[in-house]
Amino acid sequence: MSDDVERTPGRARWGQLFDLAWRESRTARRRLLLYMSSISLGVAALVAIDSFSENVIQSVHDQSRALLGGDVSSRRNAAPTKAVDSLLDSLNAHGVPVATATNFMSMGLVPRSGGTRLVQVHAIAPRYPFYGEITTKPASAWGALQSGRNVVVDPALLVSLNAHIGDSLALGDARFSIIGSLESVPGDVGISAAIGPRVYIPERFVAATRLLTFGSRAEYEAVYKLPGSISPPVFIARYTKRITAGANGGMQAAGYNESRLASAIDQLHDYLAIVGLIALLLGGIGVASGVHAFAMRKIDPVAILRCLGATSWQVLVIYTVQAAIMGLLGAAIGVVLGIGIQFVMPNVLKDFLPVDVSIHLAPSSIALGLGIGVWVALLFAMRPLIALRRVSPLQTLRREPDAQALRRARRDPMAIGLTLIIAGTVLDLGLSRADTWQRGVGFTVGIVAAIGVLWVSAIALSWAARRVLRPSWSFPLRQGIASLYRPGNQTRAVVLALGFGVFLMGTLYQVQHNILHALDLRMSEARANLVFFDVQDNQKAGIDSIVRTHAVELLDETPIVPMRVSSINGRTVADILAEIDSTRRNERGRGERGGERRGPWALRREFRSTFRDTLTASERIVAGRWFGAPRHDGLGEVSLDSSVAGELGVHLGDTISWNVQGVEVPTVVTSLREVKWTTFAPNFFAVFNPSSLKDAPKQYAILAHAPDAMEIARLQRDVVAAYPSVSSLDLTLVQHTVSDVLGKVTMAVRFLALISLALAIPVLFSAVAATRRERLREGVLLKTLGATRRQIGRIMLAEYTLLGFLGALTGVLLSVFAGWSVMHWIFRMTFSPAIVPLAIVAIAMIGLAVIIGLITGRDVFAETPMAALRES
Amino acid sequence: MLVARELTKEYRSGDNRLTVLRDVSFSIPQGAFVAIVGPSGSGKTTLLGLLAGLDTPSHGQVLLDGADLTAMDEDQRAKLRGAKVGFVFQSFQLISTLTAVENVQVPLELRGESGATERARELLGRVGLRDRLDHFPTQLSGGEQQRVAIARAFANAPRILFADEPTGNLDSDTGAHIVELLESLNRESQTTIILVTHDHGLAARAQRIIRLSDGRVISDTETERAA
Repeated sequence: MSDDVERTPGRARWGQLFDLAWRESRTARRRLLLYMSSISLGVAALVAIDSFSENVIQSVHDQSRALLGGDVSSRRNAAPTKAVDSLLDSLNAHGVPVATATNFMSMGLVPRSGGTRLVQVHAIAPRYPFYGEITTKPASAWGALQSGRNVVVDPALLVSLNAHIGDSLALGDARFSIIGSLESVPGDVGISAAIGPRVYIPERFVAATRLLTFGSRAEYEAVYKLPGSISPPVFIARYTKRITAGANGGMQAAGYNESRLASAIDQLHDYLAIVGLIALLLGGIGVASGVHAFAMRKIDPVAILRCLGATSWQVLVIYTVQAAIMGLLGAAIGVVLGIGIQFVMPNVLKDFLPVDVSIHLAPSSIALGLGIGVWVALLFAMRPLIALRRVSPLQTLRREPDAQALRRARRDPMAIGLTLIIAGTVLDLGLSRADTWQRGVGFTVGIVAAIGVLWVSAIALSWAARRVLRPSWSFPLRQGIASLYRPGNQTRAVVLALGFGVFLMGTLYQVQHNILHALDLRMSEARANLVFFDVQDNQKAGIDSIVRTHAVELLDETPIVPMRVSSINGRTVADILAEIDSTRRNERGRGERGGERRGPWALRREFRSTFRDTLTASERIVAGRWFGAPRHDGLGEVSLDSSVAGELGVHLGDTISWNVQGVEVPTVVTSLREVKWTTFAPNFFAVFNPSSLKDAPKQYAILAHAPDAMEIARLQRDVVAAYPSVSSLDLTLVQHTVSDVLGKVTMAVRFLALISLALAIPVLFSAVAATRRERLREGVLLKTLGATRRQIGRIMLAEYTLLGFLGALTGVLLSVFAGWSVMHWIFRMTFSPAIVPLAIVAIAMIGLAVIIGLITGRDVFAETPMAALRES
Repeated sequence: MLVARELTKEYRSGDNRLTVLRDVSFSIPQGAFVAIVGPSGSGKTTLLGLLAGLDTPSHGQVLLDGADLTAMDEDQRAKLRGAKVGFVFQSFQLISTLTAVENVQVPLELRGESGATERARELLGRVGLRDRLDHFPTQLSGGEQQRVAIARAFANAPRILFADEPTGNLDSDTGAHIVELLESLNRESQTTIILVTHDHGLAARAQRIIRLSDGRVISDTETERAA
């Protein structure tokens, strides 16, 4: 064989290396794809979450004017003054069409069926809204609304009051004819209708209802359609003061809703994205375990290639190309899966979304998901692959065990560099997904700490296994335990994969369980199931007697006095607000983002306060003392919720003067309270000493307990008939609604938990596969020496049960700690571990480990020693 | 020309030191056919590994055409092997995922040569496997696999070929055929062949026999075929 080929100097061309890589991967592609697909679910989560949130933001943008009803809207909490009315008329006359609406809560009564229910009344002027279509059934109902005393109602109301189209609906003293039901309203969040179904009536009949009396809460809204020549910000700047004069309120442009919703969606997106990232990183660990197994199988071909002249760099390129192609495929599978989830999401979330989301592919999200997926897969794959560079060609002459043949150098610069890049990538992903850098760093540290704890647990298990082993134990048990510390054992990989899965699922469950448990407790603690509000002083005795004629227990009558802060320590609110304004202007001028010491909202808002001489169960004093004997200086006493005191910038001993229906009531702050706002009981920012307020004009909230739903309905009907302006709320409805929402949240959490479980499966497969060859050799040797299949099975059972147990135990402990941290630091609620769900998760994971272990090791059972030896 | 100078290989295990080769020196001219023989554990395979640049000695030098293998790093030795060295192993060492023709192409592709496929086909034709080009190693008999390995060993027209018990896994007829093939290739292309074996019959077909025992050269003699 003479040297008759044309020699080209230099090394292999890239194309040749790629060809060789592709050919060489021939029989390993499926296996490699399985390992690399550990990344798929993480990519799917990222693509689905990113794409869907992009779709929602785009839809909000597209529908922002429909959400508002106009180019600009204004809201005020008091009826428009004459000056405001004439301003709106003048705008209308000068080319800025205005449409008004009055929104308030009221009891709705259907006289035919006798059914009553609290409803949200939207009393609208003709032309309201300018943008966005409100559709009804029949379709003509919306157009006919303004033609008489008509009402269009939420379909939920028809169902709950046993009413039909054509029935009458009484709102206060007026009766309306139900001419249709609502099909869709722009910006409507389905869940909001559950407490108070909406009804639309013509605005001109509001007075006829006689519902808006002293202390009634109503919102007076106007929407404006601006000609092209006027920009919304200019319009808002020019008219806000005049339109909101004498009331609390404000104006907003269509874009405001957009940015507000976008920021809410961003928050949800960030939270979900963190879950996605964890999935991705867990997938990365799966890739690393799987590729480690893959690398072990490649020791022989690499040794041959090295003999034939391949450099370490060429070896690395060949196997990196294989991993990259399969990583790309794994990520692409994730993208397809993610797009599928994206299309399902609107159905799952429709009750929570303010817009109709139009789903379309989001190329940037897809590209980002694919890019991050391939990058993470490749990085984690490279860690075991770089060991192939060090496989000696001598392995062709004298083969060492895999672990020795694939030994790593202690200070391999490439390994150190890769580790740093992986750490940098995790940090960068954390930072890019978290809303603050502190959370990003916290996320990274949390992940690294969890991995560290699992790693140390695994090492501790190996150490303990070596020491606890007793010669008296059965052979399979001893062999199974010995597998935990033998060279090339899989203890760390399996414990890490399992433990991380349990940790994720366990944490989700714990948090969900604790929040639900707390809410459940509060709902069951609340005895009241019916509340009447807007009860005027002179109506209280009448309602009391109606209540007594029914078999209903009267639990509490809480006086409510509407008021505003007039001055603090002698300085008027107007002065304080002016100072805040000027401070902010100066800070903006200096480019600073000032720390707000006082919240203007607290200074401007209307407080609905009460007076009593005892504390309730849902509050406790955190500073000062509760009311004692009346003071000699003539000042009243007030106890403030501690957060509102912070917003007002007041401390114990400061004086606050309150404007109560035009009368100044001077008080001194004598205590601060911490209030549990989530309880089903009336809670207040400001509670007064009874002597300070007992003569003030007031309304009452009356809490009652009725034995059953029928009694609640009867009592509501009788009260509405006698006092149409008094509203009542069936709290069991609220509780059902909350339960309903929580049920949906539970479903979402279970879905996430299932995803974590699904994630653990390929990762676990990869981890177990990493040592498959070693165990095949051992199993076959044992069989050759006379071990039965049953004995081999028991050895494996012992090993995987122990591995599963430790992984699950460590994951459970980590999740208890994480659950406690989340509840304590984020939700500020008490924590109790959810023992049963955790035990179920742990047992499921142990079962999973055993099943996957036995499936992966099935060759040892099935094959004859000879066939299995050839395989190994 | 291949020169071994005072080659010593030691292994350490804890405080113990095991010397597998001691002060082995010889030189082999281009085109020679040399057999290295000795009982199990005499250091034959270790010596082959050192001569082929698969391993580095504890002391001493290996010079191939004047180039000092012991002064090179792993990748430099790999490039040298790619350019000048061929191997035939007892267990064939074919890459199981590649077909016969692809296995033969590998050394050419690693060197970036064009026309690798044609050259591989031609070489397989010469070893009598023209109709087995696209078979995978598992679809070939032991003798056929070893012929593929020989075709691969000659793909880069090596200056020197190392054969480690090339007939160890073959029956005697197939083994004889393989040795004839090696001899004819040695004659045609003037490739130096270093054959490691403990089969005295096979060693007798070489021109020179180096005997090892306990890691030392105990004899270095020419055979009748030297002439």
